[in-house]
Amino acid sequence: MASGLVVRKNQYYDSVFLMRVNRRLLEVRGVQRSAVLMATPANKKLLAELGFRDPQIDAAQPIDLIVAVIAETPQIVEEVLGRLDEWLQPPEEGAAETRLHRLEEALARKPNANLALISVPGEYAAREARKALEGGLNVFLFSSNVPVEDERRLKEFAAQRNLIVMGPDCGTSLLGGAGLGFANAVRRGPIGVIGAAGTGIQEFTCQVHHAGFGISHAIGTGSRDLSDEIGGLTTWAALEALENDPRTEVIVVLSKPPGARTLSRLLARLQACPKPVIGCFLGVSSRDRPAGANFEIVRTIDEAVQGAIAVLTGQRQPFPLELSPEERERAAQEKARWGAGQKYLRGLFAGGTLCYQAQQIFQGAGIRVYSNAPLAPVHRLAHPDESREHTVVDMGDEYYTTGKPHPMIDGTVRRERIRSESRDPEIAILLLDFILGYGASRDPVGDLMDAIVEARETVRRRGGALTVVASICGTDGDPQDLALQTGLLNEAGAVVFTSSARAALFCSELLKQH
Amino acid sequence: MDIRQEIEKANEEAVRRMVQGEPVLVDIAPAGEVIPGMEGKLVTHAGPPLPWKEMCGAMKGAIIGQVLYEGWAQSADEAVALLERGAIRLEPNHHHQTVGPMAGTISPSAPVWVVENRAFGNRAFCRQVESHQQFGNYSEEALQGLRMWRDLWAPTLRKALHHIGGLNLKPIITQALQMGDELHNRHSAASSLFANAMAVAMVEADLPRSELLPTLQYITQHNLIFLGLAMAAGKALADPAMNIPYSTIVTAMCRNGVEFGIRVSGLGEEWFTAPAPVVDGLYLPGYRAEDAGLDMGDSAITETVGWGAFTIGGAPGILSLVGGTPEEALAYSREMRKITAATHPVYRMPILGFAGIPIGIDIRKVVQTGISPIIDTAIAHKEPGHSIIGAGLVRAPLECFKKALIAFGRKYQLG
Amino acid sequence: MATFAELLEGPVVAINLGLSMFAESLESQGVEVVQVDWTPPAGGDLELAELLDQLL
Repeated sequence: MASGLVVRKNQYYDSVFLMRVNRRLLEVRGVQRSAVLMATPANKKLLAELGFRDPQIDAAQPIDLIVAVIAETPQIVEEVLGRLDEWLQPPEEGAAETRLHRLEEALARKPNANLALISVPGEYAAREARKALEGGLNVFLFSSNVPVEDERRLKEFAAQRNLIVMGPDCGTSLLGGAGLGFANAVRRGPIGVIGAAGTGIQEFTCQVHHAGFGISHAIGTGSRDLSDEIGGLTTWAALEALENDPRTEVIVVLSKPPGARTLSRLLARLQACPKPVIGCFLGVSSRDRPAGANFEIVRTIDEAVQGAIAVLTGQRQPFPLELSPEERERAAQEKARWGAGQKYLRGLFAGGTLCYQAQQIFQGAGIRVYSNAPLAPVHRLAHPDESREHTVVDMGDEYYTTGKPHPMIDGTVRRERIRSESRDPEIAILLLDFILGYGASRDPVGDLMDAIVEARETVRRRGGALTVVASICGTDGDPQDLALQTGLLNEAGAVVFTSSARAALFCSELLKQH
Repeated sequence: MDIRQEIEKANEEAVRRMVQGEPVLVDIAPAGEVIPGMEGKLVTHAGPPLPWKEMCGAMKGAIIGQVLYEGWAQSADEAVALLERGAIRLEPNHHHQTVGPMAGTISPSAPVWVVENRAFGNRAFCRQVESHQQFGNYSEEALQGLRMWRDLWAPTLRKALHHIGGLNLKPIITQALQMGDELHNRHSAASSLFANAMAVAMVEADLPRSELLPTLQYITQHNLIFLGLAMAAGKALADPAMNIPYSTIVTAMCRNGVEFGIRVSGLGEEWFTAPAPVVDGLYLPGYRAEDAGLDMGDSAITETVGWGAFTIGGAPGILSLVGGTPEEALAYSREMRKITAATHPVYRMPILGFAGIPIGIDIRKVVQTGISPIIDTAIAHKEPGHSIIGAGLVRAPLECFKKALIAFGRKYQLG
Repeated sequence: MATFAELLEGPVVAINLGLSMFAESLESQGVEVVQVDWTPPAGGDLELAELLDQLL
């Protein structure tokens, strides 16, 4: 048995608070008796009754704190009295109650964090990304408008530390099944993908899922990574990681055409890859560029999906895309209902890559299409709001999203545009894409449904028929309910595809038969 | 050592000094007897320095009142003439180890609370708290309150205080914080505890009934009497934390109705100022927001040491000042933790699970987060001649903290 | 600290700075995430923010 006490001068505590401290002391193994109290005359008497006697107690004033302990060993007494400040410290408040405002606070709360998702305004994004990298975090940088020099510096810094910067302007990644940003609920599997564009990755991964296969990781690089200024720093890091990842059996690289210097370096890098690689650089075809035994270049996302599956199954699928006889029949039926003067396509896209890919399919079919984001400058619309002949509009473009929500989140801007297009007597086809998944609108089809029905009615009243062609990018695991979204479109008389490329192909068919 | 480590070390020291202070009321004496430099025709006032012609209405009214109270002039016009001529010196309280509520004016014959910090040996002073002259009302009736203080209440309390050899304020402050006071706008508990202590002392000191009774009435009915003590205590606690090289801790916040000023430990006695903000307030019957002057007073010394709006979560009695719900009040106290260096080991808020009050405002954190210190305060009229018109909440202007941070970077030679 | 290779081995433990919907969607996927209600540093003054980076 051992005892000890501490008197703290001029430290007043509420008696109920001290009782709580005392209860905690008594829970310490080996503590037999303890007293935590203010040195009032009554309390001094109590201390005497408990067996604590000491001249220090006699000298103490009512505003002095006394902590007295009797325990099995002197070590335990020492242990308790030596850590008095800790005992007097109240338990921290529940973590959820305090909101965090800074990255540093979050790092302190989650020291095991391994990733920062950053979606702050572009001018601040590099600073936060830098802090995240310094804190040992990989970075998913959703923010756009990050200066290219900052992007380069961040990626170089990340490379030194074996970290990665996905972005800036990175919409989607899937890391071991966890969807970052805008992503779909996709089955896990052996296909690894590296993509510069978010909707491109979504379209690819959803189609892999529909085909019954799965994704190991999908790594977004940001839209500029393969430009010559950046030189593919993130793409290289992602390639190396997927090469070393035991779950990944085939690697797909998706991008708009890279910068000329970077493209030749990339092709060499891909040819040297020990795992099979499919490259899809929308617009760069295998006819233009060499490929190797283990390396294939394709033109569309759908072909990339087929290519990856072919590697896994060892079975060739029919290349390139073709419509089925039923689809051709449907096209003919739709066209038969058009009125005189109806001849033009109007495509309103939420997904930038899907808009780009559609233009390539039209170009391949010899159809001239205008756009606010054209393949060639000569096909640029004079004003994004004014369609001309066949037009496809990227409604996720800055012009539409500055200060307003992206069409993937909110249907307002597309709804208005559908209404105004329907007033054009020459419109024959309305082409739309719907992107489901985490981060997207809870009801993408529902958001536009009124406008679609209204547009069809407007054209019908003019004595014609509006063909609505839609593609849905989504899986049966997505929160929006793929079956419900598809059902709504079918009910409204739309022709629905699960592939944006096939939807574009269907439109080409309609226009070719003209 | 890395500059960040220097700063952390310096801030730890600054907070240690603030936390270890032992404020004791040792005297109630005429300013001219105790305040260093309080000589001749000097009126000290709240906030950073400001020339007479730039002062706000309430401050001018209070200074006129102080001049009349001293008998340096016989009329308001005469007082103004003296002031315009510069015949009466005007200096900030803070330049004299002193603080004062609202206009905060002090002149040599006015008795002040004298609080000694027993841990460090420094003293600080604060004037009487009332709701008329310090708000700019210089009427005969308003000045009567100052004279009663000078001639009857202060001398009586002084005798009683001398009899008991001083009054330890720390236990009163600790208990009051746990009884629903935040020690800026609510002092109901602290004032009662103070009156209890002094009542016994006055009886023991065997004072004549003619002094005892009216003084007892004064201290038992004045539920803000402790504000003067809290402010003097706050100043006494904050001063030892001044002048610690590299420290980014705020050692004073004050306002003169035109400018808001702060001092920072590692930057010595320089003031970093910005225009005084508008108080978001509630008004007494007959007054409206249009009548209000801008933020004023040295009373933000209470927030500087972690009381006032920093601990308003513990003061349910004045919830109406912050919108009415306990959640809002608690949110302020939690928010202040984001810009402070520590929590106080003894001064605690039961409602936050006995968490210590946030203490040690760090200018780096203020600028980083954009969260400005919150202050609960009384409101004076924009024109001279009025008593208190309301009370409310105000944020210290971020600009002061930005200026201080830039000066810090310059002083310690950082890009 | 976790390298990119370690991140791919999982599980993801994320800090979300900015749009809270990204944190919500991670939570709905059962991913550990902590939300930061980010505000511009130094009230949006980037020069001050740089100074702060040296001091804090």
